[in-house]
Amino acid sequence: MKKIFLIIQREYLTRVKKRSFIVMTILGPLLMAATIVVPIYLATRTNETKTVAVLDETGIFYEKFKDSDNIRFHYLVSDIATAKANFSKSDDHALLFIPKTEVTLPTNAILYSEKSVNINVTSYIKNVMSKQIEELKLQARLSELQTDKKNPVSVDDILRSIKTTVDINTMKIGEDGKESKSYTEINMVLGMFSGILIYFFIFMFGAQVMRGVIEEKTSRIVEVIISSVKPFQLMMGKIIGVGLVGLTQFLLWVVLTFGIVTVVTSFMPSGSIRKSATEQMMSQKQGMGSAVSQAASSQDEKSDEGMGGVMEALNSVNFPVMIGAFIFFFLVGYLLYAALFAAIGGAVDSEADTQQFMLPITIPLILSIVMAQYIIQDPDGPVAFWFSIFPLTSPVIMMIRIPFGVPYIQVILSMVLLLLGFLGTTWLAGRIYRTGILMYGKKVSYKELWKWIRYK
Amino acid sequence: MDLFSAQAVSKQYANHKALDKVSISVPDNHIFGLLGPNGAGKTTLIRIINQIIAPDEGELIFMGRKLQPNDIAFIGYLPEERGLYKKMTVGEQAMYLAQLKGLSHHEAQKRLNYWFDKFEIKGWWNKKVEELSKGMQQKVQFLVTIIHEPKLLIFDEPFSGFDPINASIMKDEILAQKEKGATIIFSTHNMSSVEELCDDIALINRSKVVLSGAVRNIKKTFKTNTFGISYNSYEGTLQSILPASFQVLSENQDVDHRHARVKLPDGATPNDLISAVLPFVTIYSVNEQIPSMNDIFIQAVTQQTSQPETKD
Repeated sequence: MKKIFLIIQREYLTRVKKRSFIVMTILGPLLMAATIVVPIYLATRTNETKTVAVLDETGIFYEKFKDSDNIRFHYLVSDIATAKANFSKSDDHALLFIPKTEVTLPTNAILYSEKSVNINVTSYIKNVMSKQIEELKLQARLSELQTDKKNPVSVDDILRSIKTTVDINTMKIGEDGKESKSYTEINMVLGMFSGILIYFFIFMFGAQVMRGVIEEKTSRIVEVIISSVKPFQLMMGKIIGVGLVGLTQFLLWVVLTFGIVTVVTSFMPSGSIRKSATEQMMSQKQGMGSAVSQAASSQDEKSDEGMGGVMEALNSVNFPVMIGAFIFFFLVGYLLYAALFAAIGGAVDSEADTQQFMLPITIPLILSIVMAQYIIQDPDGPVAFWFSIFPLTSPVIMMIRIPFGVPYIQVILSMVLLLLGFLGTTWLAGRIYRTGILMYGKKVSYKELWKWIRYK
Repeated sequence: MDLFSAQAVSKQYANHKALDKVSISVPDNHIFGLLGPNGAGKTTLIRIINQIIAPDEGELIFMGRKLQPNDIAFIGYLPEERGLYKKMTVGEQAMYLAQLKGLSHHEAQKRLNYWFDKFEIKGWWNKKVEELSKGMQQKVQFLVTIIHEPKLLIFDEPFSGFDPINASIMKDEILAQKEKGATIIFSTHNMSSVEELCDDIALINRSKVVLSGAVRNIKKTFKTNTFGISYNSYEGTLQSILPASFQVLSENQDVDHRHARVKLPDGATPNDLISAVLPFVTIYSVNEQIPSMNDIFIQAVTQQTSQPETKD
């Protein structure tokens, strides 16, 4: 145990001290901060007011949407076909359509727009709609209670019974009038973001593991070391060490990005901008799987108009599950792939020879990202289900699905299978690795690898 | 007493048998030469001793009991394929490898200071390995091999990459390790270093031990009662003076003298040779032709190779 710790320590320290690590650690947050700060800055510069046309067939929400500094609402009285036809000619930024419902209160709305709609707008609309519906429900409940005083009901029960979530589908209307679904919903953003993050993390640091193994082989130090430790210990030490490097870099990014954004926006003129920046930050941070408390503290701000809507939307995401799952899939997904990368590194003599073995590893990863586009539109469909269960694709796909809400049983099944997959690949990789690292100057085929796996 | 012995160790790879019932015994505090042509199975055997790979069958006895995983703390191994992390400094690297051998941080530091002083390489501590020459790297490797004062030292081609001066420093150091009580297994192709250093040898060819024992005894059994003789020039051949049972193997002439190698019949002594030629020539020297390890090596290997293979 002491030896594996020594290995982890070496792998970690040599990498963290590298110049490339320090450069990446500084550049990463600068880039990320720029992607947050620049759009906000530009938004304040243009000072453009966006108008949203509201076509409310139910009539419940008339005059309920309040104009703010940069969003204005006006109400239409027509049918949806004409409204849509007029929309492309008008200067309106978006068209909100709340279809008529017969029995129940409306909980669906469609937001048409030419360009993609800001999350703030959707969140605000969602916020207003759900509040309005909750108010109506509450009134109904109260009058019910007045007529029926026999059954005492707690406030909690009432609050729970009126709790409403509103779905807003955002549709893009193209120049040609064609409609397509767009993805501005916060859970889509969260899902995509964490899925892509896991994908990059696996690729970047998995490749580092592989390069590390190749380096030990080409520098011929490997036999010196495995006369002191078991090959498996060396392999696991490297995988864990590199994983910790990745985790360190990642945490530094989050902290530094947060720091930079806070500092930069504090120099910006308007107070509300600073606030929006911090909140946008928080939403990203939470997507990355940290700062649980931020979600809780945001409760206080949810009554605020505009940006508060984002927090409202964020609250609809189950953060403890989201963060827990993110950390799990992030780490175990990395471990599973890193073992395979280590096996490849052990089997070849130089990085140029890795191509033929890389294919089976990269295919499931790239497939996950390709399928992500499709899965985000249908996060509960059978394709999404199978991809989020299969261990080689589940780290990315499950993270995309989780913000939409996945049954616990599926999450647990996926986690168990991923753990089994991790044990399986590590066992397999260990066997390839221990034979491979002692083979020099030999072109290895898949047939050869299969033999190595079967060696005693 | 044997510090280490292998008994009927076999190792089968997919396509060939690397070791076929190989038995060796390494006496305590001896230098044991493990010889053999390329691909004979030496490295496989060494890796098995280091528990890098497991044998298919056979027993390994170390310090009077079965070899155990923890015994690697008592073994120091300098592999033939050796290297160091290029980007690490010499000091960090030496500390790392010493600690992997089970030394505490403090103890490793202390011993490395001693050795760096002794080898006069103190100034290298903060240098990166890639800045060192190959010979310098070898020195560092040698040093970390012996740093934990192992009971059994295994050197695979230890002198490759050393210039003659450093090679002799290393040779002295190996002998010094023996003085201190270490037992050394020494795998090499360099037969002259075998003659200088080894007390015992085992010769492996085609996965089998073909020759083993104390160097002295082996040489005795390979002696053929052959003598070299130098004399002044003579008209006829040497064979014409000698009785027919004396066989002249070679005869040649340099600027000063003629030289011949003569195989004597069983029971004959150099005195018989001298008395036979004395009336005809002036003798300058007579000496016994002791077979070199090189000759023995070639003879043993070619003998076995010329035999038909009895393998499956």
